[in-house]
Amino acid sequence: MKLSVNGQTHDVDVDEDMPLLWVLRDELGITGPKFGCGIAACGACTVHIDGVPVRSCSTPVGFVDGAVTTIEGLGTPEALHAVQAAWIEEQVAQCGYCQSGQIMSAAALLSENTDPTDEDIDAAMSGNLCRCGTYPRIRAAVKRAAASIREA
Amino acid sequence: MGIGTIARRTFLFGSAAVAGGFAVGYWAYKEPFENPLLDTLEPGQVAITPYVKIDAAGITLVSPRSEMGQGVMTTLAALVAEELDVDLADVAVEHAPASKAYYNQLLMDEAAGQPVTDNSASAEFARDAMRVISRFLGNQGTGGSTSTPDSFVKLRKAGAGARAVLIKAAAREMGVPARSLKTDNGSVVAPDGTRLAYTALAAAAAKESVPSDPDLKPQSEWKILGKSQRRVDMVAKATGTAEFGIDVQLPDMLYATVKMNCHIGSGIRSFDLNGVDERPEVKRVIALDHGLAIVATNTWYAFRAAQDIMVDWEGPSYPKSQDEITASIYQAFDTEYDSRLRDDGDIETALSDGEIVSGTYQVPYLAHATMEPMNATGWYKDGELDIWTGTQAPTMARTMVAEETGLPESKIRIHTTYLGGGFGRRSETDFVKQAARIAMAMEGTPIKMTWSREEDMCHDQYRPLSAAKFSGCVKDGRIDAFDLQVSSSPTAIDGFSRRGMNLNIPDPTIVQNAWDNPYEIANYRVTGYRAPIALPLGFWRSVGASKCGFFQEAAIDEVIHAAGLDPVEARLQLLSHEPSRKVVEAVAAMSNWGSPLPDGHGRGVAFYLSFGVPSAQVFEVANTPYGIRLVNIWAAVDVGTALDPRNIEAQVQSGIIYGLSAAIKGEITVVDGRVSQSNFHDYDGLRLRETPPIHVAVLENGEKIRGIGEPGTPPAAPALTNAIFAATGQRIRALPLANHIAFA
Repeated sequence: MKLSVNGQTHDVDVDEDMPLLWVLRDELGITGPKFGCGIAACGACTVHIDGVPVRSCSTPVGFVDGAVTTIEGLGTPEALHAVQAAWIEEQVAQCGYCQSGQIMSAAALLSENTDPTDEDIDAAMSGNLCRCGTYPRIRAAVKRAAASIREA
Repeated sequence: MGIGTIARRTFLFGSAAVAGGFAVGYWAYKEPFENPLLDTLEPGQVAITPYVKIDAAGITLVSPRSEMGQGVMTTLAALVAEELDVDLADVAVEHAPASKAYYNQLLMDEAAGQPVTDNSASAEFARDAMRVISRFLGNQGTGGSTSTPDSFVKLRKAGAGARAVLIKAAAREMGVPARSLKTDNGSVVAPDGTRLAYTALAAAAAKESVPSDPDLKPQSEWKILGKSQRRVDMVAKATGTAEFGIDVQLPDMLYATVKMNCHIGSGIRSFDLNGVDERPEVKRVIALDHGLAIVATNTWYAFRAAQDIMVDWEGPSYPKSQDEITASIYQAFDTEYDSRLRDDGDIETALSDGEIVSGTYQVPYLAHATMEPMNATGWYKDGELDIWTGTQAPTMARTMVAEETGLPESKIRIHTTYLGGGFGRRSETDFVKQAARIAMAMEGTPIKMTWSREEDMCHDQYRPLSAAKFSGCVKDGRIDAFDLQVSSSPTAIDGFSRRGMNLNIPDPTIVQNAWDNPYEIANYRVTGYRAPIALPLGFWRSVGASKCGFFQEAAIDEVIHAAGLDPVEARLQLLSHEPSRKVVEAVAAMSNWGSPLPDGHGRGVAFYLSFGVPSAQVFEVANTPYGIRLVNIWAAVDVGTALDPRNIEAQVQSGIIYGLSAAIKGEITVVDGRVSQSNFHDYDGLRLRETPPIHVAVLENGEKIRGIGEPGTPPAAPALTNAIFAATGQRIRALPLANHIAFA
């Protein structure tokens, strides 16, 4: 089957039941999205399908009917997305394992709402677990990114 | 001599034998290690000290400790960079190879049995003896909040030594005296302003000898240390390009998972592959000691096959029910005590009259639940085994893999990646040994083995279920007596036995930091009781202090309230240790302690000194119609010397949130011999919407530099329960709190 990831089309030959996450990671070598739980409970695997955040660990690849964007497609070290730049300014990451998912959730929120309230941030980000407890800085980084997007 | 032999000997015979071992082994103690980087160099690259690699393209600093989120790569690189005179932004930083040269000298300090605030010559002598043992053990371990104090002098000396040889090389090249040269941000500078970049001096510098004891800059001249740094791993972690163990990619790699007996440690009676071995995507099923490994073309195919295999498991070797295990903890109170490290005054007499407050506290088993499930990648070819994994213990992993496979350690290379959370879990080597077994069985093919979350949750080494009984009494407005008895299975005994060492000492984790907390109470006793081991036990962020901090600070709060005292004032009355007083005073000031609060709000305070760090917290909570809401948290810690204030702030917030996840939600229970939790739906952590603002003050009044990965955790649970009491009048004595009260 054909799969569009970060602007590139791939031919993949796997079971249609295989979660998108494992197609990305083990078939295509795209390892930014992380495996955390396999049951959509932690958000580490979050990617966008046509801009909508989804938990790739629980999305069978056969159901994917749009363009997939992973953290690698959002921005790169040389060309950061506004959310990534804010994450660096606020020095958010600790172990960093959940941060791909956190950033993808934040980017999806800010693509819909460039002036989120604390409650909006709570609602959009509480599906993403962080065992290091980077939440105070995540909240600050989302607000910083929102401000930079509004000013752009 | 094996590590087990040394450890058994020293612990069996106590401190006299330790001192004797010092004398016997002194020649070996002084023998320098070879530079382990010499085997790892690229063409044209040189290694000056085990911490600095230079070639024409740039400078690489080597971190002897594992980056698991605590920012250690940045802080340790900053120590080298400060003296080497380079900007952190201009260097690469990488994990060290596994080598005893990178041993951590402080990992055994607590086994010296000295109160942490005692800096007397005899206390230091006892600690020094443990450091000699540490050198022989050669454990390159990350844990115990030791990385910064262990490295503080060592890595600055490494930077200063490297700078000295670069100056020597430049002096030779320029034909001028070395003393006429200065350095500036990666270059040697001559009096006439001529600059020679370190990168151009690499080959010449490699021929110079490194001074063994170079002078260090005075603190007043620090340019990097003491100032908040941008973490060296931040851009990679914000762009999905940081390589964790689970991200390792090798040519023609296959993927594996394991299916292990949920009766932890027991074996297999029989199994039925149920046809999975006939699936084209399944390449091999391998028998392990306590389960099976499945090798496939994709991790998910391996997971699916693991689910479909049917196994008849052997039963558990420990009690099957939670009730039996819990009962065994309470039964231990009636056995001979394991330790009584504090026994001031006459507690029995003091508690024989007056108004006595007493009660019983309990905490459950806890899993580490790192975000990245356990994994490791192995590749066995040409008689050599390479393993890539996120480990807190590279040399221990190598030793254990050698034991598991029969290969000599010289044929095993451990490559440390970033760790997706550690918290003590990745100081274990169970998953590394499995990956080694699988790689040996699949000779020639690299195999990445990844556990499912369910395997990870059910095969942890857990923070033990524990209970405490306390009694206290107040006379003349002051706490006159406090008795704390803790019963727990022994984490250190169990943890060290898995590492080949049988400790014949009272288990220090049962009463960790409760006995040497700097409270002065006329009649004060702390007793530890050792309960049997059921589930395997592991080092969980702040280890025994995680539970003892709760027991002590919640219990003493009860005594304080019974006497009608102010919780901050009463604690200050008990504390003579000045840095400890200062953190309590700091959180009281920050939180405006004593000022009026809205209806339904309450404040709680807690103090605990763990890993040498006095740590105080004030919580404000609101009792709402929907349950308890956390409103604000204030925290103060004293690390002696703060190398990177913003990172320390992050670690304190992190430690608090880790402690709160456990206090509010965390509970591992046993049903029918199995851990009954399996994933984040039934073993969840705190979420963003539940996390209040956390304000952190970092103080520097302490006598020694200290590490901060753990000391934020112990006060979190008692500060919260004390605040809930203030807001509701309800004193909750068993964790997790969500079993007893709703949270909004």
